[in-house]
Amino acid sequence: MKSSALKHIRTVFAVLVLLLFAFLFIDFRGTLGEKAFGPILYLQFVPSLLKFLIAGVAAATGFIVVIILTLLTGRTYCSFLCPLGILQDAVSRVGGLIKRRFRKYGYKKPYTFLRYFILVLTAGILLLGGVYALTILDPYSIFGRFMTYFAKPVALFINNLLASLLGKFDIYTLYKVSIKPFELAAYIVPFAFLLLIGLLAIRYGRLYCNTVCPVGTLLGLLSKVSLFRIRFEESNCTRCGRCALSCKSSCIDFLNKHVDISRCVNCFNCIDACKENGMSYGLVRLKKKDKQEGTGTDTSRRTFIAGSMVLLAGGSQLLRAQNTAPTPTKDSTVKEDRLYPVTPPGSIGIESFIARCTACSLCVSACPTNVIQPSVNEYGFAGIMQPRMDFHSGFCNYDCNRCTDVCPTGAIMPLMIEAKKLTQIGKAVFIKDNCVVNTEKTACGACSEHCPTKACHMVPFEGNLLIPEIKDEICIGCGACEHACPTKPYKAIFVDGNAIHEAALKPETEKLEAVPSDFPF
Amino acid sequence: MKRRNFLRSSLGAGLAAGTFMSFGRLEKVLAGTPVPAGANYDLIAVMGGEPAAMFDMGIQAMGGMGTFVSKGQKVLVKPNIGWDVVPEKGANTNPALIKRIIEHCFRAGAKEVYVFDNTCDNWIKCYKNSGIEQAVKDAGAKIVPGNTESYYQEVTIPNAKKLTSTKVHELVLSSDVFINVPILKNHSSARMTGALKNMMGVVWDRGYWHRNNLNQCIADYALFPQKPALNVMDAYNVMMRNGPRGVSVADLSNMKSLMLSTDWVAIDAAGAKMLGKEPGSIEHIALAAGMGIGKMDLSTMNIHRMKM
Repeated sequence: MKSSALKHIRTVFAVLVLLLFAFLFIDFRGTLGEKAFGPILYLQFVPSLLKFLIAGVAAATGFIVVIILTLLTGRTYCSFLCPLGILQDAVSRVGGLIKRRFRKYGYKKPYTFLRYFILVLTAGILLLGGVYALTILDPYSIFGRFMTYFAKPVALFINNLLASLLGKFDIYTLYKVSIKPFELAAYIVPFAFLLLIGLLAIRYGRLYCNTVCPVGTLLGLLSKVSLFRIRFEESNCTRCGRCALSCKSSCIDFLNKHVDISRCVNCFNCIDACKENGMSYGLVRLKKKDKQEGTGTDTSRRTFIAGSMVLLAGGSQLLRAQNTAPTPTKDSTVKEDRLYPVTPPGSIGIESFIARCTACSLCVSACPTNVIQPSVNEYGFAGIMQPRMDFHSGFCNYDCNRCTDVCPTGAIMPLMIEAKKLTQIGKAVFIKDNCVVNTEKTACGACSEHCPTKACHMVPFEGNLLIPEIKDEICIGCGACEHACPTKPYKAIFVDGNAIHEAALKPETEKLEAVPSDFPF
Repeated sequence: MKRRNFLRSSLGAGLAAGTFMSFGRLEKVLAGTPVPAGANYDLIAVMGGEPAAMFDMGIQAMGGMGTFVSKGQKVLVKPNIGWDVVPEKGANTNPALIKRIIEHCFRAGAKEVYVFDNTCDNWIKCYKNSGIEQAVKDAGAKIVPGNTESYYQEVTIPNAKKLTSTKVHELVLSSDVFINVPILKNHSSARMTGALKNMMGVVWDRGYWHRNNLNQCIADYALFPQKPALNVMDAYNVMMRNGPRGVSVADLSNMKSLMLSTDWVAIDAAGAKMLGKEPGSIEHIALAAGMGIGKMDLSTMNIHRMKM
């Protein structure tokens, strides 16, 4: 097929996908229904793969669709479906506006060693140690963090300015939303990648996708045998080099009339750039092997991959040994003596959660109460950015299960609202020595006030005072008590996580006395 | 504080803009609120009807809404919307009652009626699931957010013992008439919640109250000059235990009652009785009465009782 329409179709499609995914993460008014998340996220490669392989959800077949798509058409995923890839295209356009030569690419040799090393490293760690490398490198999760950590606050800032302005005219259709930064350390990885990917995209197009991204490399391998691909129409080509200049992947060697198909992301810019109909996209033509594609390189690559796998086995085992469920760190000087961090409802337990979560932060963004926050070292160093329940930031709304609806990797499994209300993610622990009622001898009870099950209830204390007491069996660990507790700097009540979530009992109800039929005054 | 500092430094421009825009409010604060006349009873109590119908009867006995609201005035109606629960759970003020109160305000000539609460649960869910957002919109009034600190302004409270200053919602300062519409409930912190306790939803930092003698702070706030012209207490479904959030509908007693008063200590004293408690045993009521904010001795009050 020869048509510059292909490029325009790609551009329009990609813009829509980018806007959709940006909205998914920035939607601070929670306008997207819970049913929308599944279909939108279905085709994201890494989340689908993890949900299928680790969480064992048979319906998570999106990655198979992507593999088939790649075998048929090449790396269409990278230009049409990967939000991070599309974002880089947008950034490289901006780069072109800054300096026109930034968008003139030309052929460059691939960083073959680095590409395959990262792919093997990621796969090895996944198979033997856990999800940690994917947490850092999954393109969808990187995009999610860009949106949640950087784009959403900007959107909120603009919203708040507008809301403030409209408020002066007595219009309250927009409302202000407080912008709450995460803990500083959680920004390290996203910020480093923002710089890395941003700078590479401005000047070198898709260099990140063809050097660092493990999904890009994997799909690149598959696309080497794809049915449809970009190719030279040798009779038309005048070797003018426009195609190579327009190629964001720097994969067109026009002098040799060769396209490095493993790096081609099907953006179709070259077809559009060629004035002579010298480039086309179509069914692969079988021909005799080129000199460049000798078998020698392939063997050495295979040996390298096999070798690295063996090497990695040991390394990942070491990593695994260090980073299973966090070990209790009791320290008598710390007032809130939390043995375990609290994982969101539906995550089953700490170990299964941290084995599946790639820290895309969609739950962080979707949570209406901001109780889900990126961790720093609560799950150990390798679990950085994986979310936890932070009851200083908010508490888990009793009638809400939004996080269980949005998670694409199966780290948080769907939980019906009635089941969620009986899922104990942790237990409240009362520290009498911190409590206002005990220290100040004045009434408080903010904890019990907020408790949805009255697991935290008030019992007689000195004089006319009441003091909290906790019924473990009906506590669900929502953290309303901890959030409401007014003491500083340490709370007088806090939730200690359940390493494995348990079932809470239903609060008992007794009948009241008869309704009075007259005023008691 | 770290977060706040971070915000301040990074959003400096926004805050400056916000400060600039809030200048308009000050004159209105200084102008004060006129005290309504014409209420002969200390307390009006209605029993046996639906909330809206009971209000019709009660406000008529008070001389109609025109006693409190004049033509062209801005009215603030402050229900309790603290919890993300449906109306049947009786944790938030009845939406039908709020709707009817707003309708009376407009009939009396109100230019605009506003409704808000600084909720405990997520405010969007509270506004929506309480049915109050819809009721307010249906009645043609404005439902206003109270979810960020920027809506609140620092005020001082004269003669207060503990709560000498606090941040109140700008609507409390900018409205001409303030109508307080609490729901009567058992309460784990303050023993009961009614008219006085409902003011914890017009300030930003409730934690301060809890840390600094809760009951004294509740009584102290009643000294703030912008006080309700009228208090309407919803006692239709009264939460007798497990308050203020409630665990199940089994906690409710279907008393089908409503009280009205210009004296918020008096209305709370009546509420305490309905919860089976002596007014004097509720510390914040006793403190407020002792500070001369209102009457708590029901036996000396002129009470108008009505049944439907």
